[in-house]
Amino acid sequence: MTVELAWELLADVPDPELPTVSVVDLGIAREVAYDGEHLVVTITPTYSGCPAMREIELDVKARLSERFADVEVRTVLSPPWTTDWITDEGRRKLAGSGIAPPGVRMLPLLVEGRPDACPHCGSSAVEELAGFGSTACKALWRCTSCREPFDYVKAH
Amino acid sequence: GHAPALEEDIALANVALDILGQARGLLTRAGELEGAGRDEDVLAYLREAPDYRNLLLVEQPNGDYGHTMLRQFLFDAWAVELWPALATSSDAVLAGIAGKAAKEAAYHVRHSASWVVRLGDGTEASHRRMQDALDALWPYAGEAFLDDEVDVAAAKSGLVPLPSELLPSYRKRVESVLSEATLPVPPDPWWQRGGRQGRHSEHLTYLLAEMQVVHRAHPGADW
Repeated sequence: MTVELAWELLADVPDPELPTVSVVDLGIAREVAYDGEHLVVTITPTYSGCPAMREIELDVKARLSERFADVEVRTVLSPPWTTDWITDEGRRKLAGSGIAPPGVRMLPLLVEGRPDACPHCGSSAVEELAGFGSTACKALWRCTSCREPFDYVKAH
Repeated sequence: GHAPALEEDIALANVALDILGQARGLLTRAGELEGAGRDEDVLAYLREAPDYRNLLLVEQPNGDYGHTMLRQFLFDAWAVELWPALATSSDAVLAGIAGKAAKEAAYHVRHSASWVVRLGDGTEASHRRMQDALDALWPYAGEAFLDDEVDVAAAKSGLVPLPSELLPSYRKRVESVLSEATLPVPPDPWWQRGGRQGRHSEHLTYLLAEMQVVHRAHPGADW
């Protein structure tokens, strides 16, 4: 029983609203501490009102409890989650499932990031349809080359 | 309010979700600091209108979509000043809530400001309706910046910024957006006030009745 094992298990816990990526890919799972008996996993919400947080907490606890006897899941807000914490692997998985990963986030609070490319055809000719999408973390964009709309994980 | 397009209805729901999340954090923290065993649900569902401390602006009823977006903008423009200031609060939990909320508020104000501009600088009809909304809501915009003795004490201890200190940046943003929206900035009226002391308009009681009825009909229910 090691911290590495805990991270491996966490990599199997999908995000309920973006099931192609895990809580590790998204940077929701922040920290794992294990003293030989007691395992503490620290998670952080993407958005304050993310309705999936409770489910994520239960999923994380259930998965880790398969191998660890004493599991505690803590939620922390600080430092606030940012899309910079989405791993390269996570970005690839998002794009592979037709969801554009976040573009470059300009500091400090400028949220004008845009998708690098259409996740369907790869064209960079894309435009915003709506600033808010099917979940708190996404906006709706469309490609003006292939004409397909797509979800975009907002740079945050 | 019902938005003119599905995407905008979804936008309102998404903004509301963020604000609900922020409120949950604040109520939970308030309950912890009070130390009387009240959690977020007790504070949200079991208080009466005079126990609420919200600004009068946010309890004003929905009108047309322009009205709803202008109210949202007047709120967002305050929130975008307030949260970054709270992010350096002496209370670490409050600072954590604020650090997250600051990023969300920045996105909200971008959205509501864009609608104020689009409708204000739109057709003759949309301009007239935004002007009506501004005339109706402007007297409620100033309450957020009035200091009372609680604010002064809390600001002295480093817990919160002094409300009046946020006014210059707020005014600058609001005037710039209204000007782009071709809406003349009204002169300062006598600011409607009382919400933060528990003196509310009758609108709040209707909102609370709707929000609290299920919880009160099934006390202690869990699922």
